[in-house]
Amino acid sequence: MFDYNFHWRPVMKSLPDLLEAGLTTIQIAVLSMVFGVIIGLALALMRMNMRGPATWFASTWIEVARNTPALFQLFFFGFGLGAIGVHLSPHTIVLAALSFNCAGYLAENFRGGFQAIPETQIRAARSLGMTAWQAYTRIIIPQVFRIVYHPLTNQMVWAVLMSSLGMLVGFRELSGETQALASRTYRIFEYFAVTAIIYYVIVKLILGASRLLATRLFRY
Amino acid sequence: MIEIRGLEKYFGTLQVLKGIDLTVPKGEVLSIVGASGSGKSTLLYCINALEEIQAGSVSVDGTDVHAKSTDINALRQKLGMVFQQWNSFPHLTALENVALSPRIVKGKTKAEARDIAATRLEHVGLGDKLNVYPNALSGGQQQRLAIARALAMEPEYMLFDEATSALDPELVGEVLDTMRLLAEEGMTMICVTHEMSFARDVSDRVAFFHQGVIEEINTPDKIFGAPKSEHLQKFLANVR
Repeated sequence: MFDYNFHWRPVMKSLPDLLEAGLTTIQIAVLSMVFGVIIGLALALMRMNMRGPATWFASTWIEVARNTPALFQLFFFGFGLGAIGVHLSPHTIVLAALSFNCAGYLAENFRGGFQAIPETQIRAARSLGMTAWQAYTRIIIPQVFRIVYHPLTNQMVWAVLMSSLGMLVGFRELSGETQALASRTYRIFEYFAVTAIIYYVIVKLILGASRLLATRLFRY
Repeated sequence: MIEIRGLEKYFGTLQVLKGIDLTVPKGEVLSIVGASGSGKSTLLYCINALEEIQAGSVSVDGTDVHAKSTDINALRQKLGMVFQQWNSFPHLTALENVALSPRIVKGKTKAEARDIAATRLEHVGLGDKLNVYPNALSGGQQQRLAIARALAMEPEYMLFDEATSALDPELVGEVLDTMRLLAEEGMTMICVTHEMSFARDVSDRVAFFHQGVIEEINTPDKIFGAPKSEHLQKFLANVR
C-alpha cells in the first residue's frame, strides 16, 4: 500500500547548497522590499498629492500590481520583455517583478497610513517654522511608518514566499535550487520537505526580528 | 505689531472673512470671542499663512505675510501658535517635542536645544515629564506641552486657537493659568477663546466676531459691561 522509501541522505548532503540558496532568497526579498518601500512611498504621495499623468501613472501601477497574479507580473518582466528584445538576467527579472508587486501593495498601505495622520499635525509642524520637507520627514513619515510597520512585516514575509516563483524563470533561489537538485536525484518529496522547513525558519526569523525591532523603535 | 487691512477669505464660494481691519501692537493681549463659524480661527490661520487669503493684507513687523517673496518659515518663527487639538507629536517625548524645531529650524546644537526645551517645559510646569511620551500626558499637560513647544522658538507673538475648548473642564484651569503667566510676562497674544472670564480678566482688548466681521472691539469693561451691538448682547446673554 505505501511502498515509498524515504532517502534523506541526498538532501542532507546538499543542505549547504540549500542554505546558501536560502540566503539568495533572503537577499532578493530584502532588496525588493527596499525598492518596494521607496517606490511605494513615492506612488502613495503621487496618488494623493498630484494631478494628471502622475496620479494616473501611480494608480495604474497600484491597480496592476494588486489585481493581477504575481506570476503574470514575473512572466511580463521575463518572457514579455524578452519577446520585444529586452533580455534581463533571471536575478533582475525576479527583483523587478517582486519590487513592482511590493511597491503596489505598499503604496496602498502607505496611503492608509498617511490618511490616518490628522492634517493638523502638518499645520502644527509648519507653524513652528518647519519646511514642508521637514514636516514630512520628521513628523509625518515616522508616524506613518509605525502605522504601516506590521503590514510592512507581512509584505516582507510575502516577498520571501513569492520569490519562490523565481524558479519559473530559471532563478536559483531556494526553490529553484531545490528543483534543480531534486530532479537530479529524484528525491522530490524529501527535497521540498526540507526546503519547506527552511522557508518556515526564514519567515519565523523575520517575524522574530521584526518584533524585536518594534520594541526598540516604538517606545510610545 | 500685527496689522491686518481689508482681509477677505473664502472657502470656495463661502466668504468667511469679510474685510477685517485690526492692529495689534506689541505687548497687547487681544481676545477674540464670537459664535462658532464666525471666522475667528480662520483669522489666526491667515496671520501665520496656514491659510491663503483672497484680498487685503496681513503684515507682521512690517513684513507682508502673504507676499510671494516673504520667507514664511522664517516669519512663522515669530508667531507661536497653539491649537485646539494640542497636536503634540506622539512619536517624540515631551523634551523631543519641544527641542525638535529649535534644532532643525533654528540650527541649535543638540545640547542647546535640550536646554531650551528643559527650561520651557519647566516654565509651563512639566519639568518632571521631560522623557514622557504625549500619550502618557493628560489633555491639559499636552496643551501646556504645545505652549512650551511654541515658546521654544522664542516667538514675539502667540496665537491661541481655542486652546482650552477640547479639554475636560477640570483641566482648563491649568492651561489658562499658563496663558495668564505669559500675559503677565508681557507676551503679545491673540487668543480666540470661549472662556469669557479669561477674556475679561486678562485681555487688554476684546474683539467680538459676527459672521466674518469684527462687530465690536473695545476694552473688556466696555465689551462686557456696556455692549453696544445687539448681536454681542445676545451672545453674552447666551454664554453667561
